[in-house]
Amino acid sequence: MRDRLGRPPALLVVPAAVATLLLVVPLVAMVASTDWQALPGHLTSQTAVDALRISLLTSTVAIAICLLLGLPLAWLLARVHFRGRGAVRALVTVPLVLPPVVAGVALRSAFGRTGVIGEPLLELTGFAFPFTTYGVVLAHVFVSMPFVVISIEGAFRSADPRFDEAAATLGATRWTTFRRVTVPLALPGVVAGTVLGWARSFGEFGATITFNGNYPGTTQTMPTLIYVTRQSDQDAALSLSLVMLLVSIGVLVALRDRWLGTP
Amino acid sequence: MADLRVADRVEAAFTAEPGEVLAVIGPNGAGKSSLLHAVAGLVDVDGSARLGDADLLTLPVRERRVGLVFQGQLLFPHLSALDNVAFGLRARGEPRAAAEAVARDWLERFGIAELAARKPRELSGGQAQRVAIARALATEPDVLLLDEPFTGLDVSVQMALRIELGRHLRDFPGIALLVTHDAIDALTLADRVLVLDDGQVVQVGRPADVAAEPRTSHVARLVGLNLVADGDELMAFTPDAVVVSLHEPEGSTRLRWHGPIATLAPHGDAVRLLVHASPDLLADLTPAAATELELAPGREVWLSAKATAVSRYAARR
Repeated sequence: MRDRLGRPPALLVVPAAVATLLLVVPLVAMVASTDWQALPGHLTSQTAVDALRISLLTSTVAIAICLLLGLPLAWLLARVHFRGRGAVRALVTVPLVLPPVVAGVALRSAFGRTGVIGEPLLELTGFAFPFTTYGVVLAHVFVSMPFVVISIEGAFRSADPRFDEAAATLGATRWTTFRRVTVPLALPGVVAGTVLGWARSFGEFGATITFNGNYPGTTQTMPTLIYVTRQSDQDAALSLSLVMLLVSIGVLVALRDRWLGTP
Repeated sequence: MADLRVADRVEAAFTAEPGEVLAVIGPNGAGKSSLLHAVAGLVDVDGSARLGDADLLTLPVRERRVGLVFQGQLLFPHLSALDNVAFGLRARGEPRAAAEAVARDWLERFGIAELAARKPRELSGGQAQRVAIARALATEPDVLLLDEPFTGLDVSVQMALRIELGRHLRDFPGIALLVTHDAIDALTLADRVLVLDDGQVVQVGRPADVAAEPRTSHVARLVGLNLVADGDELMAFTPDAVVVSLHEPEGSTRLRWHGPIATLAPHGDAVRLLVHASPDLLADLTPAAATELELAPGREVWLSAKATAVSRYAARR
């Protein structure tokens, strides 16, 4: 296509090309160095199957919890004026920029065996989060919730609030309006936020390993398995990484085709 | 009986009887929409709006039993026409089947039953507006609020819908407030007209009276009258009562003005001038006369009117 405003300047085209290469080359290199012969063996080993199962399970449970709790929070932030709303939003955003390893340390302080909540919980019920699959879910919820809340809040905000007003004049309670108007109107954004949150959770490493260690069959997820495998068997790590790459691309495609409507 | 104030927007006291259609007219920014939204409860408001024993303004929006037809309709885009009309009934606890039966009945009354399954984006402007009015009426509100119901529609669609709405308004047992900027809506649909200007009520009366003796230049322009203030009195006269000449008219008439022609355009069989006198005045003359006088925008002209063609009335009642 000829550009009516003139040729794009090299000063912009060259950095743009470098940026693209920088993002694409490592992924291509990873695919290129995969040992395809050994791949089936790597992926069907017991540890790999366990890790994939735990990853899928914990990410899915975590995102369900994020939706259950995050959807109401996103709605409150988008639709209700309350004191301290800005502060709540800022606090919700913190885990978004927090290094995951710090998130793990923070979770330890709260839910560890000697933590603020963890210690009384252990005394009362004999249950403790760290080093369990529940702990993995908790870590995933902690890191994914901000993604879910912030992106769904954005979706609620871009849905015209006058539809809520129209519903109210027709006699709808706020709960009815939420259920029948606000959420359906924001649904593409809600789904996008959910998928993004799930992907974030699926790839979560730092908080999970800090809070839960890396025990095959209980707390070992795909990313933490890749991390330890990398130290002993580089080819196996590559094979496992390839699986994660495919899942990520799958998420992107799902988002594009169904909800984002980009050409 | 309502007496309400929306800060910085509108301050209005007025009464309306059940079964009555009250048109609210005024220029942009006069506070027409604010008035409707205040009754509906969508803006902060002081005062009261008594309806029977209740004060509407003390009730939450959903308990007010008002039907608001929004500017731009605001049909729920994810719901079919039928579900849009049934929404209010279902929100008030009607079972699905009953609500849909009533909604279908309303669509039928508006002659659009065959569009029940369509989403709002698949409806034309006129069809969508019918659905919006049906949605407001389906809950059988005590007060129906219509915010510029014909804006943005083709002229032919406006005409058809105006006639239809007139029929529904005659059958409507509650109070109807109709915000409009079109004189024909007020003249054909309303029992009374409330004129707002700059957030204040400047005139209330029967449509014919308001049209004959307008108190604001806005209404005068809507009904095609010239309006000139003269002390405590207003003078209204039609553009065809104005005589145009190139030189100062002879005689002692006080009713003469002077200024450049702003625009000049065909108007029915005549040519209509807008002259920047003080105030702006309209004058109609025959095309032959306009040619003979060599009238063109920018040309200075004198306007005069016979006292017998001018209606005089008090500026404030």
